[in-house]
Amino acid sequence: MSDAIQKATDAATGNEPLVLLELIQRLKVRDVMTSKLVTVSRSDTMHAVQELMRQMKISGVPVEENGRFFGLVSIDDIIRALGGGYINDACSKHMTTKLVVLEDDMPLSFALRYFDRYRYGRFPVLNRDQHLVGIICQRDINRALLVELTNELNRIESVSSHMPGADMAYSIYVLREFPICKYDFENAGKAANQIKQVLQEKKFPPKVIRRIAVAAYELEINLCVHSDGGVLSWQISNGRAEIIARDAGPGIEDVEWACRDGTSTANEWIRSLGFGAGMGLANVKRVSDEFEITSKKGSGTTVKSVINIAAPELSVS
Amino acid sequence: MTLQQVMDTCGIEGVFVPDAQAAVTAAYTSDLLSDVMAHCPDGAVLITVQNHKNTVAVCTLVGAPAILVVHNREIPAEMSDVARREGVALLRTADDQFAASCKIAAALAKNS
Repeated sequence: MSDAIQKATDAATGNEPLVLLELIQRLKVRDVMTSKLVTVSRSDTMHAVQELMRQMKISGVPVEENGRFFGLVSIDDIIRALGGGYINDACSKHMTTKLVVLEDDMPLSFALRYFDRYRYGRFPVLNRDQHLVGIICQRDINRALLVELTNELNRIESVSSHMPGADMAYSIYVLREFPICKYDFENAGKAANQIKQVLQEKKFPPKVIRRIAVAAYELEINLCVHSDGGVLSWQISNGRAEIIARDAGPGIEDVEWACRDGTSTANEWIRSLGFGAGMGLANVKRVSDEFEITSKKGSGTTVKSVINIAAPELSVS
Repeated sequence: MTLQQVMDTCGIEGVFVPDAQAAVTAAYTSDLLSDVMAHCPDGAVLITVQNHKNTVAVCTLVGAPAILVVHNREIPAEMSDVARREGVALLRTADDQFAASCKIAAALAKNS
């Protein structure tokens, strides 16, 4: 695996660096994949596929008709066809049909886990209608990460240069998003922990860090336990930390009841894991300087916590 | 007092101890993770029955250096793996939560 992908995969599994980790969680597969596809139909021969690979310098060709995806012919399939003497057969006879595919709205972090787990060179990408919309390979990921890292660097330099003489703490601008999946206890708490690490690196006061960590953790767990999945985002700018949890889950029927200590809709399994104490929203409210919750039954919930930050102490040279 | 002193004084088994000299300044007894998030002090040993990796995640957020699992409950590999990664000590005792809490409280009081 290339160094960039190894680093990003390590980041996905918890081994730094944070900037790469944030990028691979923010980017979706559709942001990275090749969408201008070269495809063949089922009746095209293996020889035609071989020629296409040679001309376009590609190593895998999807078999697709009118958006419907049937399989993939890889360079290995071509080599076997040449050796087996069936290079003029229709590709439908020899294409690989048992495939692992990705969805275009998956976070890139999921794609990296797939590359690590399955060791394939590429994955077809389908949209929600199960139409083929792209293909993603390791080269696409390398290129996308390099572009995003450059953009991130330019943005940081731009923000710094536009605030001459300003208090360094108030010129800090951080924006991160984390996708949270329903019942994903494997990763529950990781987002909050990463937020805490960033705050520690930036030397924020410990009490402020704890308040932000509590708000982030409780909102993250709520997304995991009570919603159908959602996004936890946080940003720091102008001396304020904002943590926002958005989901498209079942919604909360009685918001006031849900915000009271000790009230929970968690089932027995959730409670056996130590969750479902019914203190989550109350905890978030308690540590926040501003707290907003909007929810409608059947339409999902958005919770926003704002914590005012005192400027970190600047080193005096 | 140090983690080593807590273990020696209270007869506690150290299952994974990354730093035996780590300072322990408090203790907290709870099985509800949100309650731990809200109230567990920094530098505390968390005394709990919750023997799973989510407990470790909460301890890293609140700054608790060690988890004491009671009733000699088994510490699963997943919990150990996360604890090793996060540097949180895992301890175990045959005592129940009340007995373990009393012993640690007495030890902390004697050392303060």
